[in-house]
Amino acid sequence: MISLTSPVETRAHQWPAGLKLGLLCFVTGLLFITDHLIFHSVFLLAIVVLYALPGRAFFKSGWQHLKILWPFVLIVVLWHLWTDELQRGSIIAFRMMSTVALANLVTMTTRLSDMIDVVHFLAKPLYRSGLNGRALELAIALVIRMTPVLVSKGQNLTWAWRARSTRHSGWRIILPFTVLALDDADHVAEALRARGGLINPEK
Amino acid sequence: MEKNIAYTALFAALIAALGLVPQITLAFGVPITAQSLGIMLCGTILGSKRGGLAVLLFLLLIAMGLPLLSGGRGGLGLFVSATSGFLIGWPVAAFVTGLIVEKWRSASITLVASIASIIGGIIVLYAFGIVGMSIVLDKTLPEATALMLVFIPGDIIKAVIAGFLTAAIAKARPASLLSRSAKAA
Repeated sequence: MISLTSPVETRAHQWPAGLKLGLLCFVTGLLFITDHLIFHSVFLLAIVVLYALPGRAFFKSGWQHLKILWPFVLIVVLWHLWTDELQRGSIIAFRMMSTVALANLVTMTTRLSDMIDVVHFLAKPLYRSGLNGRALELAIALVIRMTPVLVSKGQNLTWAWRARSTRHSGWRIILPFTVLALDDADHVAEALRARGGLINPEK
Repeated sequence: MEKNIAYTALFAALIAALGLVPQITLAFGVPITAQSLGIMLCGTILGSKRGGLAVLLFLLLIAMGLPLLSGGRGGLGLFVSATSGFLIGWPVAAFVTGLIVEKWRSASITLVASIASIIGGIIVLYAFGIVGMSIVLDKTLPEATALMLVFIPGDIIKAVIAGFLTAAIAKARPASLLSRSAKAA
């Protein structure tokens, strides 16, 4: 499965993922406690520059990811036009765009493997308290492996329905889809047990 | 243990797949995203703990940058956007839905799963969603609620569908309805 990390290599790709995530938390907090229009305008402009620096392809791909924001920006602007508080509305809209764009920038410049390392680091206290570390690793790997399998089975079900009916399959398709997923889960559990299960070989 | 991992992972994958297969349209032409239906099913089928964990796992993979949300969305930006409250509320919604199905065994599974989905998948979920929206959009709670009201009828239909689907799965694969079984192997 392809993650949302940008194939356009930037300097930020080399930075430690933990540092980027820590900075993201700090800056997001800062954006929420600051209420100055000029600050938010300059900050948003700086983020636009950050998106533009790696080149056209990076900027375009970032823009695609941020499209989901427009309905909310529209709601905020219309709402505050109606209540005659356009400055307040601009601060809210700019802050929302900045926080989402910044978080998206971290996603675009951090590889999946680096993110998995951060998850391991954060989950370490849980391992010490008795959680099986292999269970989390295995679960992550299973979701990444099984999602395309289930998507393909879902598509086959949709085509099978279309071959037999002129009407839309609607929600009825979810029942066989879920049953297929449950059967797959049983097979996977059986296969795991057959291969020695989740007993940690290091112990 | 293996069964728990496999069911949790496969349901996380199912939620993802429900967002990637062609959009589902109800009989009268209203499009719905099947992913929130998947959240309800996580609770009604897997029960509170496994259901909540499956949704947590799904969110973890989204946060790690995989495009698993409907429309191929993913990444950290979603966790600070206006609808972030709904994402954060998803595991709790699945947990509460599952808890109700586990505890309330006197009525029919269709009724219990539908009501559990309404309480977990609508009341609990919207509580999180509305608070999240009020923070990000800087609106009061009633104002944020007003923005959300339009989506509730569709979600009630989904909750009823979740009830019927759970009952059908209870018939088709009774051993897989972990929310009603004593303990998974």
